[in-house]
Amino acid sequence: MRKMETDETRIASLVKEIPELLDGGFRAMEVCGTHTVSIFRSGIRSLLPESVDLISGPGCPVCVTPVGEIDKAVNLAHRKDVVILTFGDLMRVPGSTSSLSLARAEGSDVRIITSPLDTLAIAQAEPGKKAVFFAVGFETTSPAIAASVREARAKGIENLFILSSLRLIPPALRALLSSKKLALDGFLLPGHVSVIIGAAPYSFLVREFAIGGVITGFEALDILEGVSMLLRQKKEARAAIEIQYRRAVKEGGNPRALGIMDEVFMPVDASWRGLGTIPDSGLALREEFRGMDAAQAFDIPYEEVDDPPGCRCGEVLQGLIRPPECPLFGTRCTPQYPVGPCMVSSEGSCAAFYRYGALR
Amino acid sequence: MKNSSILIAHGAGGQLSHELIAELFLPFLENPVLSNLDDSALLTAPGTRLALTTDAYVVKPLFFPGGDIGRLSLCGTVNDLAMMGAAPLGIAASFILEEGFATEKLERILGSLKAAAEEAGTEVVAGDTKVVERGKADGLFITTSGVGAVPEGVDIQGRNAREGDAVILSGPVGDHEAGILLARGDFSLKGTVLSDCAPLNHLVDAMLGASKEIHVLRDPTRGGLATVLWEIANSSEVGLEVEEEAIQVRSEVMGVCDLLGFDPLYLANEGKLVAVVPEKHAEKVLSAMKSHPLGKSSVAIGRVVAGHPGRVHLKTRIGGHRLLEPLSGEQFPRIC
Repeated sequence: MRKMETDETRIASLVKEIPELLDGGFRAMEVCGTHTVSIFRSGIRSLLPESVDLISGPGCPVCVTPVGEIDKAVNLAHRKDVVILTFGDLMRVPGSTSSLSLARAEGSDVRIITSPLDTLAIAQAEPGKKAVFFAVGFETTSPAIAASVREARAKGIENLFILSSLRLIPPALRALLSSKKLALDGFLLPGHVSVIIGAAPYSFLVREFAIGGVITGFEALDILEGVSMLLRQKKEARAAIEIQYRRAVKEGGNPRALGIMDEVFMPVDASWRGLGTIPDSGLALREEFRGMDAAQAFDIPYEEVDDPPGCRCGEVLQGLIRPPECPLFGTRCTPQYPVGPCMVSSEGSCAAFYRYGALR
Repeated sequence: MKNSSILIAHGAGGQLSHELIAELFLPFLENPVLSNLDDSALLTAPGTRLALTTDAYVVKPLFFPGGDIGRLSLCGTVNDLAMMGAAPLGIAASFILEEGFATEKLERILGSLKAAAEEAGTEVVAGDTKVVERGKADGLFITTSGVGAVPEGVDIQGRNAREGDAVILSGPVGDHEAGILLARGDFSLKGTVLSDCAPLNHLVDAMLGASKEIHVLRDPTRGGLATVLWEIANSSEVGLEVEEEAIQVRSEVMGVCDLLGFDPLYLANEGKLVAVVPEKHAEKVLSAMKSHPLGKSSVAIGRVVAGHPGRVHLKTRIGGHRLLEPLSGEQFPRIC
């Protein structure tokens, strides 16, 4: 695709430089699903030496949402006076018996939105309905959701509810490293999340685990630069949190966004697919906004549900296996008939492996 | 079929659409003509070969920048005929109208259908109307059918791609679907992209004027360029190698894709075509395309190879490689 001319020469020199920086094997985790997709789309793997191992992490919000929470949304969707509002990727994630997509085909009112602010307009336009926003996402989307919660409060909208499956990235990285199942040389840290939170929340990686990270942008050039910065850290035997994505990320993040998030939400223990319950890794509405909490307003049964039999999304999300190592990959689990969420989401690593093929 | 009810994704033009046809329609309706699954059926009548096609239009919104359901329904059917090299002999159109639909809107739609027919040099020669209760047809659905004559010496089919052929694309991709997505206003996106909706039969005439040896023509509608390339690789049992750098995408379209996480290679077009042409005729055909207003940005994007049959390899902008798979799963509804 002909976009604005990127630094082709810079890309070429990085492709040349990276093998020279290599000293034995190198394994980095790209935390964010958008990185995974960009790596596949631009064919970066095919340009790097085989000893550079890039593995995908838990940074796909749809993928880490456990089955039980999908079930809650499907349960609500079946109620006549409810309209479920959600991001597109969630539609097809299978719950234990159904999905939002199937619920819609059966007549439930489920609508796809792309901006949290859309929820206000829908709730206002249809006062006879209870609009439930099934919110998934990380620090990237949470401020906008917090803003719409505040706005709904200010406008006196009483028929908008939030079913929060919002999650925080740093606690997940801590859980991942604490499990000690994974040996890593560094992280490509998520650019969009870091626009909000800045660099400081990752400092524990260096302090407690002696692992460095580079906050990286999403263009091919960004990712190659991120990889080379990590390789340099390894070569110089140091670990640090560095920012490659300077054009968007400041050390201190975005204080206004952090402020509104903190005003509306508070951290709570939350369950992650594959990673189990992680302390203070989810966001719930604060006491003042409890009236909008779908979990309080509706009587929804919640059951911890096991992942579908045979599905290894949990291990994929921890970087413990690559998608093709799952026996369901490409056989029983495909983007048309997904078993696990990593095959559904456009940011899921199984979908990326399937879609963009295994041309290394 | 694996699903017990129809999903929106069954209409998206990707793998689920293929499955719906292969597993539900073909078992009932299969015959040697239908089974080619080309854009039109090729029929023989004494002394002539005919192309026959039909297509239903359920686009939302009915009016969008660059066109409306009237123009779309005429162009889509003319283009399906053109993709077999056939010139349209006549078009039939059926209208399912909803109770309460404004006649003023219907007049505008018919006016633009007529104008598109004139552009294509054809006419609506048969028609039907039905009216259904309010809320049952989203205003208006249109089905058009077309018959065209295939010129002597022309044999254009999805299965005809051969090793060494050049793959040519007639212009930037993604305009129609990006335009519709913006016009729907669903995504708090601002801006306008004009749909590329246009009848391609005169462009195809110009190409056939340069060489009758065109092997395959396809218009990358639902499922986009990637799906069409994959279909050609599979129908012809050949491999394709395509250069991402050569494929043009307008910056406004790229902007929509970046925001929504879409790949422009999977967005629908309504006025573009992909041609597979023997290497020695490629230059002539390409220059004929470039001198036609609807093909002035035409460019060779790749070639047909003997290796990896059924697979499309994309050389990425930064020089890496990846596979191009057909559209899978849900695309956004009601784009055509």
